[in-house]
Amino acid sequence: MDSSFDDSRPIFVQIAERIEDDILQGHLPEESQVPSTNQFASFYQINPATAAKGVNMLVDQGILYKKRGIGMFVAKGAREKLLEKRKAQFYTQHVAAIVREARKLGITARQLAEMILKGEDSQ
Amino acid sequence: MTNAVEVRGLTKTYGSVKAVDDVSFTIGERKIYGLLGRNGAGKTTIMHLITAQLFPTKGELKVFGEAPYENNAVLSRVCFIKESQKYPDTFRIADVLELCASFFPNWDRDYAYSLLDEFRLPVRRRVKKLSRGMLSSVGIIVGLASRAPLTIFDEPYLGLDAVARSLFYDRLLEDYAEHPRTIVLSTHLIDEVSRILEHVLVMDGGRLLLDEDADALRGRAFTAVGPAAAVEAFVSGRQVLSRESLGGILSAVVIGPIDAEVRRRAEELALELAPVSLQQLIVHMTGEKSGRKAAHAQ
Repeated sequence: MDSSFDDSRPIFVQIAERIEDDILQGHLPEESQVPSTNQFASFYQINPATAAKGVNMLVDQGILYKKRGIGMFVAKGAREKLLEKRKAQFYTQHVAAIVREARKLGITARQLAEMILKGEDSQ
Repeated sequence: MTNAVEVRGLTKTYGSVKAVDDVSFTIGERKIYGLLGRNGAGKTTIMHLITAQLFPTKGELKVFGEAPYENNAVLSRVCFIKESQKYPDTFRIADVLELCASFFPNWDRDYAYSLLDEFRLPVRRRVKKLSRGMLSSVGIIVGLASRAPLTIFDEPYLGLDAVARSLFYDRLLEDYAEHPRTIVLSTHLIDEVSRILEHVLVMDGGRLLLDEDADALRGRAFTAVGPAAAVEAFVSGRQVLSRESLGGILSAVVIGPIDAEVRRRAEELALELAPVSLQQLIVHMTGEKSGRKAAHAQ
């Protein structure tokens, strides 16, 4: 399995983000078991220690928890927690960038709002 | 936990040539290491020293806590796959594998034969009739099935096609997960292996240039591209690994992560930013112009 990672950031951070995405999209429901470190390692062809670092980061944040001798599971309330975190990031990471790019292209705030509504409709 | 390898002030000279020049590092147990660098950087010499095939001129060397020379307790735990391993002319692949069974205490015969199938090697064929790539596959199989606590691969894939290389990475990670051990991979295909390495040692001109976690090196540097004046304004006060210009456009490789401040400043100056991969980073650090300078740029 080959899957590309962004060269500008550590892989463990990107592994954590992929698990977060799976939780947000419902592929990994709360209380379900997360693939093992070794499964992540062989799936993405990465070092198991790197995969473990990503998983442990989410354990530290209370998104995953460990059942001794069984494996890692998605914590109760994990999705809610992630939604809050991602919404906070949404403005800085996405909205601010869109507004900047729009200004560069001479798109007015009203036109931008219209575009967003149009995008919403087509979904 | 003792270390797999401990090296202090290791030096190997041939006449006036310093192949390895005052190098110190440790290789921890149960990790995958990358030993990287250009041709003639001293990688192979270090591997020969670790495996007791060369005596150091100076310095201290311990493998599993002991001196490795004529030390069977140590050497039986080490498997070294050389870049161009020679076998007796009369040997068939089967003979090589049988011989390995007597060398390596942890040798797994069934695993070796299943790998033989996967790499599509003809068991009965004489080794001297094998193609370059097939010979490399034999080395890889020996390295994996020996399950040696310290397994060293020196450029294991000469002539090996992309499918076989990918198979090697898959099997290496799988078997490492089941039987954790120290693996040292020396290779020039840095982009291919960077994801499976836990730690990286980079050699340049006989000296150790970098000794760091592989993941920590991602995002260590980035490229800024734009009009020369703007790029110069951007890089002032930053450490620059290399510069390249095309017409009025300048491309500079800069040390540091791409953080919010870098993004904002690049935005202001209308510069393009791009990440630098581990391979590119090493190319910039060990290239003609920047070698020595970069050693201090950490």
